[in-house]
Amino acid sequence: MDSDLSPQDKKDLDKFIKFFALKTVQVIVQARLGEKICTRSSSSPTGSDWFNLAIKDIPEVTHEAKKALAGQLPGIGRSMCVEISLKTSEGDSMELETWCLEMNEKCDKDIKVSYTVYNRLSVLLKSLLAITRVTPAYKLSRKQGHDYVILYRIYFGEVQLNGLGEGFQTVRVGVVGTPVGTVTLSCAYRTNLAFMSNRQFERSAPIMGIIVDHFVDPPCGVQRPANVGHPCNYRAPDEDDGGLFAGVQDSQEVCTTSFSTSPPSQLYTSRLNYHPPALAGAADLSHPAANPNQVMHRSATGQFTNAPTSSQPRITLPLFLLCSGDDDGMSQSGEGRSVSPSDPVESLNAFTRKIGAFVNKPTTQMTAANLDLPFAAFAPRGLDSEENDPMVTPPDSPACPSPLQASLHSQGSESSGQQDDFVMVDFRPAFSKDDLLPMDLGTFYREFQNPPQLASLSLHISSQSMADDLDSLPEKLALYEKNIDEFDAFVDMLQ
Amino acid sequence: MNCRSEVLEVTVEARQVEEAMLALLHTILLHRSTGKFHYKKEGTYSIGTVGTMDIDCDFIDFSFVRVSSEELDRVIRRAVSEFKDALGNSGSDGMGQISLEFYQKKKSRWPFSDECIPWEVWSIKVNVVNLANEQERQICREKVGEKLGEKVINVVEVINRHEYLPKMPTQSEVDNVFDTSLKDVQPYLYKITYQITDSLGTSVSTTMRRLIKDTLAL
Repeated sequence: MDSDLSPQDKKDLDKFIKFFALKTVQVIVQARLGEKICTRSSSSPTGSDWFNLAIKDIPEVTHEAKKALAGQLPGIGRSMCVEISLKTSEGDSMELETWCLEMNEKCDKDIKVSYTVYNRLSVLLKSLLAITRVTPAYKLSRKQGHDYVILYRIYFGEVQLNGLGEGFQTVRVGVVGTPVGTVTLSCAYRTNLAFMSNRQFERSAPIMGIIVDHFVDPPCGVQRPANVGHPCNYRAPDEDDGGLFAGVQDSQEVCTTSFSTSPPSQLYTSRLNYHPPALAGAADLSHPAANPNQVMHRSATGQFTNAPTSSQPRITLPLFLLCSGDDDGMSQSGEGRSVSPSDPVESLNAFTRKIGAFVNKPTTQMTAANLDLPFAAFAPRGLDSEENDPMVTPPDSPACPSPLQASLHSQGSESSGQQDDFVMVDFRPAFSKDDLLPMDLGTFYREFQNPPQLASLSLHISSQSMADDLDSLPEKLALYEKNIDEFDAFVDMLQ
Repeated sequence: MNCRSEVLEVTVEARQVEEAMLALLHTILLHRSTGKFHYKKEGTYSIGTVGTMDIDCDFIDFSFVRVSSEELDRVIRRAVSEFKDALGNSGSDGMGQISLEFYQKKKSRWPFSDECIPWEVWSIKVNVVNLANEQERQICREKVGEKLGEKVINVVEVINRHEYLPKMPTQSEVDNVFDTSLKDVQPYLYKITYQITDSLGTSVSTTMRRLIKDTLAL
């Protein structure tokens, strides 16, 4: 099946599918966060926006997706699925929808990988953005809060639709033919949203645990079930975690932003060496690459290093503050997990080089630093020298977390003290802008929720005054009759 | 080459016309816009990044995604606003159709003007209804939201058939394929036109065709 595909094309295709899968997960989870998403268009290519779309990467989501993929790619019989479910404060849960990224056997051998497949995957991602707002779970996710939260779970393998109830509907987002198979993206969603309170599969071993530290942390040695659900929210890392999911990061590998107007066949002749990171498994991500030319972006982001077991306390960011729409606010921090590479070549590689694919690049510039980048031949020219290039020698990462992240962390820690086994979410009254102020609207509500009763409304006082009134009535009537002439004169004056 | 033509039909209240049209037109343009092209030497080009944003409708129980480009949004809003005003002026039970046409320019020799060859036309037929009470309006709000969702699925289905698209142009030809006037995104060349049908089902005597994106005119 792959005999007609050049090795370069195969590598490119694998990379496209891998990052398409990661971006698909990001789009789906971000669409269920409950907030409106907003990203900026940029006329200049940044080299880090895969498929020419501004889709931020939530590190935890990327981590979970990579963990589920475990170095594999969606293929025939191996689907990547994102399951969205709802969990109430009483503990009932219900699967709402399952998004499936599948591959079937139908190949399109004539299609050009680097151009047509890439562009069609971009269109498919746009379609996913549109369709995620159309399924019923979107409206539910926009209203999540006190009563229920939305969870996501990523798994790889066979699609499981049993939890969607009877009569579930399926919508196909789109398909993209490739030389190795056809990529299909679809969604199966529940139509029967009636809640069943006694669920046979909930009481004993929940299908999904909630990885939120609103709940009691599991005792040491208790393994979380492998198929755990994650809330569609996250919190800034606390100090113990060492910045595991340090900030929102750009994509870990460069992406294609550059194309050629020459016939597609010429694209491959000008590409130079390309060594993608091995897709062998998670272990690959936590150890120095066997091939020193592989760029591992660990130093820049502090991620993927000796990923903790599932018993480590999860970190969460407040749901509502997630989409600040500001990339900078979530920039790098948390150096605790950085690996200090001892290999000098590794240290040379330890930066994020943003080079567009298909960009022609002279051989001399293809140093060990960027041999691993896809389509590195098409890296932008005109770079004076690598010393002056901010991409090569990035400015030092800030030593402390960004103010936004610090504030998010403090926000998160306020709500983390709950030891009850139900989801506690900070009370955020409508139109409230900033809960960090000492006397904000939420505090006001809480303090004045139970005001004392008005004195005039209390029963014994009202009855007493009524009795007094009745007693004094004859006297008042006599007085008014005596002064009746005055009252008549007053009325005449008014007329 | 045959022009691909798709027709979508919606029934809405008068106050929902604007949002319904914006939702569908923006959904189509999201798929038919790319980042800005930056041509370099030796025939290579790089593509900018397209941002997206969620828009909640006020009169319809619906949200949609559009391209993050205020310029593009202004152009679309202006067209939709004119269409809405024309519908409103035509009578209480007016019907109308707004069309979004993607085209390519083909250079012709002087004295002939450039030819505009459409390759995809989306026609949205609108039936405007009047509702008697608030309860009906509430039901309409939800129903129209569901219908728009179905239309978005239809749009996505058509686009993902990956049928004809103009070839990526060279630098000299880019203005024949794309609208390069916007700062941040680059949609395919398009124009928006509309027609109003009065309640008798006949076109108004002077069919109002307003070209929002003009072709080259002599």
